[in-house]
Amino acid sequence: MAQQLTAKTALDRYFLETRCKIIEIAANLDRIDRGDGAAAAVQDPRMVQIREAVQTLLGDGPGRAEKCQLVFSIPYDDGWSPPNSK
Amino acid sequence: MKYIDPHIHMVSRLTDDYERMAHAGCVALSEPAFWAGFDRGSALAFRDYFRQLTEYEPKRAAQYGIRHFCWLCINAKEAEDVELSREVIAMIPEFLDRPNVLGIGEIGLNKNTPNESTIFCEHLELAASRDELVLIHTPHLEDKFKGTRMILDMLKNESRLKPDRVCVDHAEEHTIKHILDAGYWCGMTLYPVTKCTPQRSTDLIETYGTDRLLVNSAGDWGPSDPMAVPQLILEMRLRGHGEQTISKVVHDNPFTFFSKCRRFKAES
Ligand SMILES: [Zn+2]
Repeated sequence: MAQQLTAKTALDRYFLETRCKIIEIAANLDRIDRGDGAAAAVQDPRMVQIREAVQTLLGDGPGRAEKCQLVFSIPYDDGWSPPNSK
Repeated sequence: MKYIDPHIHMVSRLTDDYERMAHAGCVALSEPAFWAGFDRGSALAFRDYFRQLTEYEPKRAAQYGIRHFCWLCINAKEAEDVELSREVIAMIPEFLDRPNVLGIGEIGLNKNTPNESTIFCEHLELAASRDELVLIHTPHLEDKFKGTRMILDMLKNESRLKPDRVCVDHAEEHTIKHILDAGYWCGMTLYPVTKCTPQRSTDLIETYGTDRLLVNSAGDWGPSDPMAVPQLILEMRLRGHGEQTISKVVHDNPFTFFSKCRRFKAES
């Protein structure tokens, strides 16, 4: 099913929301930096995920949302043994 | 527009929510058995819960012209206790033939543990042996991708269950394709912060089409909004989608899926 919005309309409609969310992210990162123990927090695996996800936003789309989801996901191992496998 | 919310936990909502949903066009809903916010002490507590889902909630919903359906199981979180789970699973058949029961659900995984997998498969066995529909909860956040893939592996091993009689729920950008490609119905949950927004769900509908897709609010004890499906209707309208397309997602698809249950009647 095709997207009905043109790229221009999508930009018009979601620009302010996108701007707002980016500034929220910047402020969240600033808040972490200002707190005691900022140097240790930067090494936290979640901060590593955040940095990787932000890099993903700068990559080519579409598919950025899916790529970001995978950055925040535990990998799947297809070698696991399901209890009902014969 | 008439809509069906195929996944909402009304036991944790006020009667006012039924009224607001009815005003917004809700004509039916289905309520999967889930975690109560605390671990229950015994199988007897589940017996009372199943009575609530099959006796009391349908009456509360009917006051607002909403048809209430439900799904029975022990949820993935409490499934970590294998002994308790087996007692509950043994009790489910007593309730399965009640008129508002659609099948077994929401079973699934929570932290992707071996015990959860064992109990998931035992629920599948019950569903397959009784030819019941299945509704599946996929884990939250970082566990979702791995858990969804594990669930799909276990479903594939239960060859008696036809994919079009199973709905895998709480899909997001990284899991939806795996679910649809395997032939299952796929649910998207509109849930603030941890799941999908109406905007992202609309993106996924535009990307994957409307076939076998369901949208729900999962309204429960946590921060959630029983009016989430009407929000998706608005988002789709604002993006220029026609009424027929929207209605297929929010009404016809859940209706078609529910219709596969032999107890489901088109009219109450
Ligand atoms: Zn649920």
